[in-house]
Amino acid sequence: MKNNKTKTQVSKKNSGRRGMERRDFFKLVGGGVVIFFLPRCAGDPVPVAEPGKRSLPKDYNAFLKIDEDGTVSCFTGKIEQGQGINMALVQMMAEELNVPMEKIKMVMGDTELCPWDGGTWGSLTVRQFGPNMRRAAAEARGVLLELASNKLKVPASQLVVNDGVISDPNNPGKTFTYGQLAKGKKIDKYLDVKPEPENYTKYTFVGKSFKRPDAGAKVTGKAKFTGDMRLPGMVYARIVRPKSLSGKLTSVDYSEAEKIEGVKVVRDGELVAVLHENLVVAGRALEKIKADYSYDEIGVDNKTIFESMLKADSTANVEESAGDNEAGFKLCDKVIETEIHDPFLAHAFIETHSALASFEGEKLTVWASSQTPYPLQDALASHFSMPLNKVRVIVPFVGGGFGGKSKNQQAMEAARIAKACGKPVMVIWTREEEFMYDNFHTAGVLKIKSGIDKSGLIKAWDYHSYFCGTRGAEIIYDMPNHSITSHGHKEGTPRVHILDTGPWRAPNNNTNTLGRELQIDRLAAAAKMDPVEFRLKNLKDQRVIDTLKAAVELFGYVPAKKYPSGRGIGVAVGTDVGTMVAEIAEIEVDMKTGKVKVIRIACAQDMGLCVNPHGATMQMEGCLTMALGYTFTEEIRFEGGNVIDRNYDTYELPRFSWVPKMETIILDRPDQPPHGGGEPAIIAVGAVICNAIFDATGARLYQMPFTPERVLEAMKKA
Amino acid sequence: MEETISFQLNGKQTELKIDPTQTLLWVLRNNLGFTGTKYGCGIGFCGSCIVLIDNEPVRSCSVTVGEVKGKSVVTIEGLSKNGELHPVQKAFVEHDALQCGFCTPGMIMNAAGLLIKNPSITRDEIISGMEDNLCRCGAHVHIIDAVESAAKEMKGGK
Ligand code: FES
Ligand code: FES
Repeated sequence: MKNNKTKTQVSKKNSGRRGMERRDFFKLVGGGVVIFFLPRCAGDPVPVAEPGKRSLPKDYNAFLKIDEDGTVSCFTGKIEQGQGINMALVQMMAEELNVPMEKIKMVMGDTELCPWDGGTWGSLTVRQFGPNMRRAAAEARGVLLELASNKLKVPASQLVVNDGVISDPNNPGKTFTYGQLAKGKKIDKYLDVKPEPENYTKYTFVGKSFKRPDAGAKVTGKAKFTGDMRLPGMVYARIVRPKSLSGKLTSVDYSEAEKIEGVKVVRDGELVAVLHENLVVAGRALEKIKADYSYDEIGVDNKTIFESMLKADSTANVEESAGDNEAGFKLCDKVIETEIHDPFLAHAFIETHSALASFEGEKLTVWASSQTPYPLQDALASHFSMPLNKVRVIVPFVGGGFGGKSKNQQAMEAARIAKACGKPVMVIWTREEEFMYDNFHTAGVLKIKSGIDKSGLIKAWDYHSYFCGTRGAEIIYDMPNHSITSHGHKEGTPRVHILDTGPWRAPNNNTNTLGRELQIDRLAAAAKMDPVEFRLKNLKDQRVIDTLKAAVELFGYVPAKKYPSGRGIGVAVGTDVGTMVAEIAEIEVDMKTGKVKVIRIACAQDMGLCVNPHGATMQMEGCLTMALGYTFTEEIRFEGGNVIDRNYDTYELPRFSWVPKMETIILDRPDQPPHGGGEPAIIAVGAVICNAIFDATGARLYQMPFTPERVLEAMKKA
Repeated sequence: MEETISFQLNGKQTELKIDPTQTLLWVLRNNLGFTGTKYGCGIGFCGSCIVLIDNEPVRSCSVTVGEVKGKSVVTIEGLSKNGELHPVQKAFVEHDALQCGFCTPGMIMNAAGLLIKNPSITRDEIISGMEDNLCRCGAHVHIIDAVESAAKEMKGGK
């Protein structure tokens, strides 16, 4: 910890820069020892404070506090949406401060209590947050040791800490608990940290498995999600919606609806809502509303969108390139071209978007199922022209996010309606609303052309992604000549994505991993090589090689004599947010129906230091299971602005009987910094199944998902 | 038209004046404050709203409150007895059979119902009995493990 500089901030000037006077801060949080820190990676931009605007420091977005009763709390604007980050963070703190885990409390996702945070996504929490939280904990420990040293009149270096108790081994009778030391103190320190790799080797909590702390509340129905909240006088709002996304309200007649007892209709511009203290009655009244809309003609559907992407006037950014592809292709013995289509997907978390908004005097409080409480607070404050400290956002338990709970439309709706009607308002989207107004996994097209020489080495690689980015498309193979081009929206041209798009668990990495690994597999077949051997021959990233070898061993993979072998075994590797994955799967294809059953899947993952192996394994299994959906059934069908799949009856999620035998292994990397674990295992499933279908049938599929019809069609062509 | 409807709710006689065509799910959540029962789809396709009606797992989004007149309804809040978690609840904690926890009440109620009907249930029967309950987080394997171990414990306890 010697590189950590700290400074005590008491001067008015500095505390003003951080948006609040020190004594106001302590008024808010009580006394104790407080360490502010900034969870981020090297190179990330530092958020800049807006003077006087924030109720808590904006340039430090978390703090850790030792209370007078010895409780250690960490306040952060991150939220827990099922991914188990709270456990991993608790473990890390317990470790560094040497206190029992029961003494640690995570306070998350409340804009009044917690400092500013950009949002919870991208598997960043443990990766970015962890190391600096650990440094803050070390700093707190230093402060406490200093306090004890003053009291005991011995140098701090002579003291030892055990379970939150500091003592001098030479004088064991005299001890101080953290609580005793923090009592009556108002110490705040700001940690200025140069992010750097940590040495993680000597930790005792970290690397051990712990179960989630919130299970008790969740199995008894006591856990409160946003839709479970109640306020006196609260009404439910159902919102009048057009039939299609392009609809613009031209007229509305709600006289019939208002005839129902207790029903009130409010309007704020385009937003028209039916209110009743009973949600069912509000829903019935909604049906009585006559609203007319004008609709734009949108001539695209889920089948033609791919063509329209390729035809669109788009920008082309070369994101990575080396050597000379043109020269490379001249060296090739075989050249292969592939085009892949990936549709829109719904997040489809079981908890629909919900929000409760309440104005009390000058103050607005919003409870919301959200991954981004602070951006929501900003949006609300700016919409209502209110100061930030008068807007409080609280995120209770969230029923799944996967990137989809970042835009907060439902919360803005609830607040606008609450303003219009003067009562606390609850908005709970119906599943049908969810399937239209949620943002979707970005549909895209990939075009890849590449070739191998006579010895089976990749000599050229020309990769183009259309409207779906290049996350996961990184060069991990030895490709002396390559280029990766991303084609995207050109300003002034019409939007190609008819539906709203946004992050969906490892945004579009599954698209790009499918692209690369399908292409690599085709090259392996062209080289008449076993697909694992072909990969090992061409891979250059040592971590990927090690991960693939671990998967080979875990699966018990035996090289095929010819490829396709008829065994129905596929392989794929990938990389996401610094984590490497390798998957090998065995499937069965029903040759008559085209239905694919996954028998087993082995997944190896190198995520650097793994803080909570149990939690990480659950995340891996969760990813593998969730991925079966995008692989086999999930695809949003739409015609113009009209979404056809509006509920789980036609948009099918993975079910119990689909789940294969899953074997997972996390490579032991205690000396490496931790990388993300919430997403990586999802990225390679489409690819591994695609390649396994080829191995079973000789048929190649180029469009997600692999429905029985598409499998049969591909088999006919094979 | 409102009517007086009475039924057993979590072991207690409950009476309310209500339009009998209202959906049981929302009556439980809105009128009676039992918010453990969750809304996921409203059309019987996700299972997050499952309660026991006379010991049968039923999707409360697809029945009206009128239909439970005189019957016994158990929600997730009423599953534990005398402060003791039901074996299925205990097994869910033990096996970490949840992530976000939103599907969990429906999963537990469905499993509890399956075990009442078939105490010597096999793993395959559990899988097919749970098939129509959706979990987006992918906790499936842990859920099956939990139900299987609860079944064993309940049999052993007899
Ligand atoms: S809400 Fe009842 S089955 Fe989905
Ligand atoms: S645990 Fe999140 S839906 Fe099942």
